[in-house]
Amino acid sequence: MKKVGNHNSNSRKMFLSLAMMLAFSFSSFAQDAAPAAPTEAAPAAATAGGDPVKGKALFNSNCAACHKLDAKSTGPALRGIADKHDAEWLYKWIHNSSDMIKSGDPVAVKLFEENNKSVMTAFPQLSNEDIDNIIAYTSEPKAEPAAGAATGAATPPGTNVGGGSSNNVILGVLALVLVVLVVMLIMVNNVLTKVAKANGIEVAPKAERTPIWKAFVKNQFLVLVTSIFLLLASGYFVYGFLMQVGVDQDYAPIQPIHYSHKIHAGDNEINCKYCHSAARVSKSAGIPSLNVCMNCHKNISEVAETTATPEYSKAFYDAQIQKLYDAVGWDKTTQSYTGKTKPVKWVRIHNLPDFVYFNHSQHVTVGGIECQTCHGPVETYEIQKQFAPLTMGWCIDCHRKTDVKMEGNGYYTKIHEELSKKYGVEKLTEAQMGGLECGKCHY
Amino acid sequence: MSSNKKYWKSVEELENGSIVEALRNNEFVEEIPTDEFLGNTDAMSSSSTSRRDFLKYVGFSTAAATLAACEGPVNKTIPYVLQPEQIIPGVADYYATSVFDGFDFANLLVKTREGRPIKIDNNTISGAKFAANARVHASILSLYDNMRLKAPKLESKDSSWSAVDARIKSSIAEAKAAGSQVVLLTNTLASPSTEKLIADFIAANPNAKHVIYDAVSSSQALDAFEAVYGERALVDYDFSKASLIVSVGADFLGDWQGGGYDAGYAQGRIPKNGKMSRHFQLEANMTLSGAAADKRLPMSVSNQKQALVHIYNIITGSAVAVNLAPEFKAEVTKAAQQLKAAGSKGLLVSGIQDKNAQLLVLAINQVLASEAFTTVGTRQIRKGSDEKVAQLLKDMKAGSVHTLIMSGVNPVYTLADSASFVEGLKKVKTSVALSLKEDETASITTIAAPVPHYLEAWGDLVLTKGTYSLTQPTIRPLFETKQFQDVLMSLNGLTGTYYDYLKAYSSSFIAGSSWNKVLHDGVFVGAPQAASGGTADYASAANELAKSKAGAGLELVLYTKTGMGDGQQANNPWLQEFPDPITRVSWDNYLTVSNADAKTIGLSNEIVANGGLNGSYATITTADGTKLENVPVIVQPGQAVGTVGLALGYGRKAALKEEMQVGINAYALYKGFNDVQAIELVKAGGEHEFACVQGQKTLMGRGDIIKETTLEIFNTKDSKIWNETPKVSLDHKEVEATSVDLWESFDRSVGHHFNLSIDLNACTGCGACVIACHAENNVPVVGKSEVRRSRDMHWLRIDRYYSSESTFEGDNERKEGIAGLSSSLSTFNEMEKAGDNPQVAFQPVMCQHCNHAPCETVCPVAATSHGRQGQNHMAYNRCVGTRYCANNCPYKVRRFNWFLYNKNSEFDYHMNDDLGRMVLNPDVNVRSRGVMEKCSMCIQMTQATILNAKKEGREVVDGEFQTACSSACSSGAMIFGDVNDKASKVAALAADERSYHLLEHVGTKPNVVYHVKVRNT
Repeated sequence: MKKVGNHNSNSRKMFLSLAMMLAFSFSSFAQDAAPAAPTEAAPAAATAGGDPVKGKALFNSNCAACHKLDAKSTGPALRGIADKHDAEWLYKWIHNSSDMIKSGDPVAVKLFEENNKSVMTAFPQLSNEDIDNIIAYTSEPKAEPAAGAATGAATPPGTNVGGGSSNNVILGVLALVLVVLVVMLIMVNNVLTKVAKANGIEVAPKAERTPIWKAFVKNQFLVLVTSIFLLLASGYFVYGFLMQVGVDQDYAPIQPIHYSHKIHAGDNEINCKYCHSAARVSKSAGIPSLNVCMNCHKNISEVAETTATPEYSKAFYDAQIQKLYDAVGWDKTTQSYTGKTKPVKWVRIHNLPDFVYFNHSQHVTVGGIECQTCHGPVETYEIQKQFAPLTMGWCIDCHRKTDVKMEGNGYYTKIHEELSKKYGVEKLTEAQMGGLECGKCHY
Repeated sequence: MSSNKKYWKSVEELENGSIVEALRNNEFVEEIPTDEFLGNTDAMSSSSTSRRDFLKYVGFSTAAATLAACEGPVNKTIPYVLQPEQIIPGVADYYATSVFDGFDFANLLVKTREGRPIKIDNNTISGAKFAANARVHASILSLYDNMRLKAPKLESKDSSWSAVDARIKSSIAEAKAAGSQVVLLTNTLASPSTEKLIADFIAANPNAKHVIYDAVSSSQALDAFEAVYGERALVDYDFSKASLIVSVGADFLGDWQGGGYDAGYAQGRIPKNGKMSRHFQLEANMTLSGAAADKRLPMSVSNQKQALVHIYNIITGSAVAVNLAPEFKAEVTKAAQQLKAAGSKGLLVSGIQDKNAQLLVLAINQVLASEAFTTVGTRQIRKGSDEKVAQLLKDMKAGSVHTLIMSGVNPVYTLADSASFVEGLKKVKTSVALSLKEDETASITTIAAPVPHYLEAWGDLVLTKGTYSLTQPTIRPLFETKQFQDVLMSLNGLTGTYYDYLKAYSSSFIAGSSWNKVLHDGVFVGAPQAASGGTADYASAANELAKSKAGAGLELVLYTKTGMGDGQQANNPWLQEFPDPITRVSWDNYLTVSNADAKTIGLSNEIVANGGLNGSYATITTADGTKLENVPVIVQPGQAVGTVGLALGYGRKAALKEEMQVGINAYALYKGFNDVQAIELVKAGGEHEFACVQGQKTLMGRGDIIKETTLEIFNTKDSKIWNETPKVSLDHKEVEATSVDLWESFDRSVGHHFNLSIDLNACTGCGACVIACHAENNVPVVGKSEVRRSRDMHWLRIDRYYSSESTFEGDNERKEGIAGLSSSLSTFNEMEKAGDNPQVAFQPVMCQHCNHAPCETVCPVAATSHGRQGQNHMAYNRCVGTRYCANNCPYKVRRFNWFLYNKNSEFDYHMNDDLGRMVLNPDVNVRSRGVMEKCSMCIQMTQATILNAKKEGREVVDGEFQTACSSACSSGAMIFGDVNDKASKVAALAADERSYHLLEHVGTKPNVVYHVKVRNT
């Protein structure tokens, strides 16, 4: 039965309005951001000899952990570094920066002070030529953002909105076709009548017949059958309606931060239990605390161009990361925590009633069940939703069908031996283990 | 035919018609001020809200509310920004800590969830000697007491710590300049670091002094020990080493000298190799110790004094003239002779508040060379000096105390001479009360300063000499509190926190170990330290004691109740609702009167139509004219004739919710710190309504509920004789009830099968399990009037039975001897009454988890069903509340939720405020109205144990399975485990020849096993 979800309809409305708001805010953001972006490409002056392609490879393997081209990370942004320092200075600095600082080079000391006194790793293995290549790479002009991305930012980024509008267009066209057809039929009919009249053919008036509803009422058998049918049908629908009360399958609320499981678990293949580590040991899987996010996002302050989709622009995703920084109190420019935190109030998706005891670790660690079994293909979800109905029937079904993973677990050795003798089977289901008893989940 | 007769409804109507007339015409007694809001036509017409508008608003808001109701609730979930490494949501953390609040002390393990403590367990590490009693188990709820003092107050106005600190400092400087006294009045601290801070403070301020004040004094015993051994301490007796115990007025299973003796005592009470200890108890009030005794002699304290001298005579061979009442002579002589024969295996203890008596205790045990009496590792938990407190009172009244700093005491409530303390306090320039609550004292001092609860505080304790325990916080301070030690440090001009000070100071106590290790273990056991032996003039002490004479009138013996102690936790609803183990009355204190005296004075108890217990009121007048009016009376079987008992700790008013303001303040009679007072008693008018959970006093000869035998029969006869299995008729043949089965049994041979074994010999009725069950299972508090209606919610109750004859065996014989209907009616009627000195037996009863459960078969919705592991499950969400199961339960252990007890202002206990709800166990459902509930055999705990074993890939080890009650039981009476594990302790216990099931003839096959009580008479 299709879910009649109020959550859904409401969330769609909310989504729409939020999308509108976002659309406006993003367009304004885009205008603000535009002049700030370095548009003029600094011409490569001193280091014209370097090969930017080789330089890119070297940059990614050696520098990217701490430096970005256009933004400050652990170290300063490196684009146009050749304009700030001469090549000789840079060779010396890259080969051994701490010596320079010790020796009291004023520029070096200033740089050291500016970057929270974090010491840059020395790279004696890089030859001057290598460094030239890297400088060549960093001196390349910044690629113009694709024109599509800017317009993308202005379009409302809602999946539902997009899907809804295309559907509406098709439906509208169909309706139009139908209307045209009806009009044509009426016109054909008129023409035919006129033709008949002109030819002098009398159209015989229809004989007065008992209206169909009167005939229906008179036929008691038909009335009986119909009312039984109606009763059964309404019973079926009422039952169906009642059975879905409180079942929130496919519930996908708007979250305060648009967190994409698709990007994290799908594209980047991060293990579920890296963030939801409590699932291994605790009854609740846990929403990761923000310090877990910062393990990666300390260095990832923006998404790659390729991450952006037609629906969600890069600017949109970057804004989400900024929301995380605001919440955790991370200042991107100084690369430090401000201490001002603002906990994120996520909307809880899976709401199990209080009278049910469910333990993640039992299923994940002991049972070895994949997260996806109950939570669906989360790695494909741009917006997280409730995959399973979370009804008791759904739980019981699985307990009836699934074989308990007993191999190699010392706890089960004796029980397995005794139970498989009792039931005459090698594999035991949770039901045979006593997993259907009320008190196992309700206390 | 009309009549001129006038009918009237009341005398008032007849005599004074006008009032009645007025009342009849006016529905409301007071005039309703309708004119105020309807009379002003201008205002009405100018109002912008017309009737139509009003209806529109109503219609709109109704529609909006209806629409909103269609929406499922949106729940928010807020993760940590920075998750502390050790906290994983959903996983419990345990911290070892120790408590000493001036009265109770214990070594604990505190269970915390998501950073909030939710349960107190016993620390079972070796060296952690003191288990938690009912009050300590309940103390977790006192942490979340909404009536706690939340911020400092200066002259009754909200203030800040900086202002308060400055005021204290300036006051002390002023006192120093003026050369007048600064007094620190504290409870016994037993904390070396605090004592050092106080010593440093006194060294810096020579005009300062430290007075230790115990609300319930052990001063006489301390004086006696100090006189002999030169150390102000108490003996830490080892009852497990005594095979013959004579207690003269010492309720050592209760709060005598701090209590905590039940574990050692119970060890000797379980018959092993045909031997168990023998226990004589000479006492006035019926106490837990008296209930456990093999032979109990009810006698007044004045008689106890003579008896003690008599025993002294026999043990030491002296011949002090004794004036012992002749009816006790033979029994006391017998006890004394057996004590002498037991020699080093004997032990004599006494609770008589008299230095001479306490000297004789030392003398007798010295002569016996009692192994149980040791001066190694003396108790440091009582240090108070009655004399010094009296001196302080004098000084205060003389106006020579300039600054008084109080910590952990509430003298305005606990002092008998409270009025003169209040008077003295007015002459003190600056008085400071460091207190958890704005109690009687803190509300009239210059400064009321909030201190943290022990679960929020640091501390060190030397409970017994040679051991060192640490107190550590288990939660961030809830309020703006500051520890007494921090205050002292700032007075001493020390910077840094008390934690740093404590850590540095602890090193001298934990030689050979480390701070982290001791903090983890909670306790460190150092080298044993013995007090050097000495002696005193015992003969003259005996002479002196023998000369003591009984006062005129009745003898009032003050005591502390198991549930309330000294009254510190009076705002704790768990403790208020905890039924006293002896009287089974909750929410009250009362005068216990013997049957004989009650008859003379005309006092009585009766059970009224609604099942509640009512009692007379009496008025107490002491020799110096202090009066306590309208004290409710309980007629107490076993109360010594000529004595009455009254519990301290009740009758508090300050900082208490209205429901908790119950009882009578007996401290008003605690004159001269003497728990024995001569009083006059007269009946007062009116009847008191008690909340008593057990109306039935006796077993009426139904010996199969509590099976009892004597050690002699136990040793010599076959178990079939003293532990007979009930017989039923099958095909007209008599067969054992256990062999008959109506149902087919489940196969329980695979997996776990839980059993709970309860040894009636070891159970002292202390009630720790009742409170532990409360905490673990979110059992609601229902309040006095509901308890009175028999709607108490305790999942675990401890039934107390008296014998009608002098022994239970006598009851059985009498019942067997009944012949004919008329004789049975009259005899049973008599057997309903408890004897004047009855035997007492305790029986903890919870859901018996019957393998053939009568409740399961009658549930119309299959809400209660049986698990393969032996537990009887209860699915609350399935229950529709027919209460059929409760009617069909032979053990009456099912409890019905008549009301919603959480978030309901009708039941204004801890579940009605956010703070109090923090104690709830998140793994157990909070039940709602209309649902049946009962003991689940802590299925959440057994399931968690199984899960842990699965995660670690191993089998469950014996002893790992626990329930809240079995882990709280310090006497070892309750043992829980898996009987399918044949090597387990509980499997052996279930197969023991002493084991039997409750109401075995019903054929329910319970999973709770009791053990026949053996008495060593």
